[in-house]
Amino acid sequence: MSMGVFFALAGAAAAVLLAGAGSSIGVGIAGQAASGVVSQDPDKFAKVLIMELLPGTQGIYGLLVGFITLSQIGLLGGGLADISPVTGLMILAACLPIGVVGLISGMHQGKTSAAAIGIIAKKPEQFGKAMLFPAMVETYAILALLISILAVTAIQV
Amino acid sequence: MAVVKMQRLNLCGLNSERKEILEKLQAYGMMEINFRKKDEKGLKKMDTQSEKAKFEKEAASAENAIAILDKYAPAKKSLLDSLAGKDLIKDSVFKEAVAKQDEFRGSVARIIRLDKEITENRSRIAQLENQIESLVPWEALDMPMDTAGTDSTKVFVGTFPGKVTAEEVLTALKTQKPSLEAVDFETVSTDKDALYAAIICLKEEAERTEDVLREKGFAKPSVCPAKTPTEKQEEARAEIESCKQKIEYLTQEITDLATSRQDICLISDYYRLRAGRYEALGKLPQTKNTFAVSGYIPASDSEKLKKELEERFTADVEVEELGAREKQPVLLRNNKFSASFESVVQSFGLPKKGEFDPTMIMSVFYFILFGLMLSDAAYGALISIACGIIILKFPRMDQGLRKSIQMFFWCGISTLFWGIMFGGYFGDAVTVIARVFLGKTVEIPALWFVPLNEPMRMLIYSFVFGLIHLFVGFGLKGYMLLKKKDVVGFICDVVAWFMFLIGLILMLLPTEIFYSMSQMKFDFPASVNMLAKVLTVAGAVIILVMAGRRKKMKIPIRLALGLYDLYGITSWLSDILSYSRLLALGLATGVIAQVINQMGSMLGNGVLGIIFFIVVFIVGHILNMAINILGAYVHTNRLQYVEFFGKFYDGGGKPFAPFKSETKYVDIEEVH
Repeated sequence: MSMGVFFALAGAAAAVLLAGAGSSIGVGIAGQAASGVVSQDPDKFAKVLIMELLPGTQGIYGLLVGFITLSQIGLLGGGLADISPVTGLMILAACLPIGVVGLISGMHQGKTSAAAIGIIAKKPEQFGKAMLFPAMVETYAILALLISILAVTAIQV
Repeated sequence: MAVVKMQRLNLCGLNSERKEILEKLQAYGMMEINFRKKDEKGLKKMDTQSEKAKFEKEAASAENAIAILDKYAPAKKSLLDSLAGKDLIKDSVFKEAVAKQDEFRGSVARIIRLDKEITENRSRIAQLENQIESLVPWEALDMPMDTAGTDSTKVFVGTFPGKVTAEEVLTALKTQKPSLEAVDFETVSTDKDALYAAIICLKEEAERTEDVLREKGFAKPSVCPAKTPTEKQEEARAEIESCKQKIEYLTQEITDLATSRQDICLISDYYRLRAGRYEALGKLPQTKNTFAVSGYIPASDSEKLKKELEERFTADVEVEELGAREKQPVLLRNNKFSASFESVVQSFGLPKKGEFDPTMIMSVFYFILFGLMLSDAAYGALISIACGIIILKFPRMDQGLRKSIQMFFWCGISTLFWGIMFGGYFGDAVTVIARVFLGKTVEIPALWFVPLNEPMRMLIYSFVFGLIHLFVGFGLKGYMLLKKKDVVGFICDVVAWFMFLIGLILMLLPTEIFYSMSQMKFDFPASVNMLAKVLTVAGAVIILVMAGRRKKMKIPIRLALGLYDLYGITSWLSDILSYSRLLALGLATGVIAQVINQMGSMLGNGVLGIIFFIVVFIVGHILNMAINILGAYVHTNRLQYVEFFGKFYDGGGKPFAPFKSETKYVDIEEVH
């Protein structure tokens, strides 16, 4: 076991942890708004549920990067690679985009989703447009995910 | 394959046939009532508000009765039944129910009354239970609680707040001047909030005693029955029992009425139809003996309806083309495949005047992009099979729902296709099962390549798909400009951009940066490189000079506007980058599926291992499917709405809202 493995693992942990935290905050915010709508009009359950789940994707992206990192360093297959501290730090750096952007975008997507749930409460037929606003926030999580994946897979272990 | 062409149908008929004509139009359900301002000038309309409200109320109370029936005597319903749609009812059955509407209206009133009685009994029970509860501390008292006293004594029954004790009260009485000693203080019970007591004193000292007691916080209990507390409780219990029996009896009565549920549904819809007709009637200009109807009708239906109306009624019907400035309501009609995607366009906005219906082109891209994002053959097959079964099993499903399910059926097929291309079958389930449980190495090769192993390659292809999507959208903008005969606009706004962008791409491809990203080497002959430069420069110059052509202004300002327009290249860049979600979502499906498989195989081979694997596999993949279908749906919509429609389509048309039979429970078979 070397420091390198620790750094790499810290990277995987940061990706899962931060992005997951962002998503749970986001889904939490949206969930409160959703419960409010359903308490008045249970028929809108399916629509608001979709909205509530939108900020949930950051957590999945974090998981994705975390998983790729773990399999990259061989922690899952059994054959743990010998990783130098520098490589470990590189992997850590590669994991940061999805971690940090996941946290922040998850929180804000939650707020946007809550607002979009407001649209559904008043104008349910505008579902398509309402869905678009939270999806806009997500773009940046996707961009961060992209860089994280590309960087993690590109680092030679 | 597009926006349905509308015509205007004008009808003038006799009031004696008004009812039948309106019924006919409602059953036909293809005409939106609408009058041009000039046509109705000087004509009176009937005020039908009160009739409409009356029938709406009847429909609502019938609906209410059905809700009550559902509560007490639920019809057997499974979750899937909500997909089944409305039953088709023969016209004769419907007429029969309508003929007996008074009887069913009686049932409706009775059901509502019974329900009200049940509610009343329930609240009575709650009230009595409260009473019993409040008498519990008094149970030890063996006289009626409202006992006033005897000839020479006075009785106080009541409570003191928590901290007061019997001694305290007695001391306070004693220290009075003159002291009050002829007092009997009996503690009935105590709890943490209060002291329950009965106090007996001499009648002549009653007033002074009461003053002292009040000072200590004495209060009479809220319930003060003329019986001993235990007797009162018994009585309350007996009443609760009788209320419960009554409720049972009433519930039984409601349940017995459940046999007429079907008929109540029918008359509820009947009242709804009548309310609809009155609403329509309110819009029609009338004279003493005649009335007029005017409105939009799809051109394909107009002649048929005209013929039917003229044959049956003494009415004058004419069909005319819409005026050039009239905004026709929008009805989309597409082939079977594309029609399933109409809801996507509808929720963005229907084509406004002058725009064409983008459904067909969009549906093709929707189909492809959805599959790319989900890209797991097994998931795709499951979605298609599930949707296919639902469509076949419920032929009378609501039209809108049916179209959505059809859409997912097609999307499933696309997912299946891309799954095979990218080698995803429940992620890597086949490999894992073979390795862990069979001890073999099996791998299903991807038909094309595995994105997880070559993310850069997939990213480049995502951009290529994106570029095609965007170029098609931009091409459609050119098509619309040409349709409006705006050739200058076509060349300056569309062709110039195409030249500029294609030139830039051709210049980018042979560069080192591109090679290092994609590992793809492009060696163009010099002529192509030259062409790239020429295209870029020519395009850029046209945009620079022509972007500000619409307004008359000085040359420097015009050039500045041109520069600003050129800056629009950044929006192209961000649009194309946006397609990286094709890669991201595709990977998300695949990687999570792998995580699930890996988790499932943790216990290794053996009976326990297999059971564990099956459980994890089923739960995990259902979850993964659900979340990724949602993701693919949301992001495909986004790519269509923001990137694709952003290039050429505004929407904002008014949907076609025909005067038709708006029923809730049943559809009525039309007789010709």
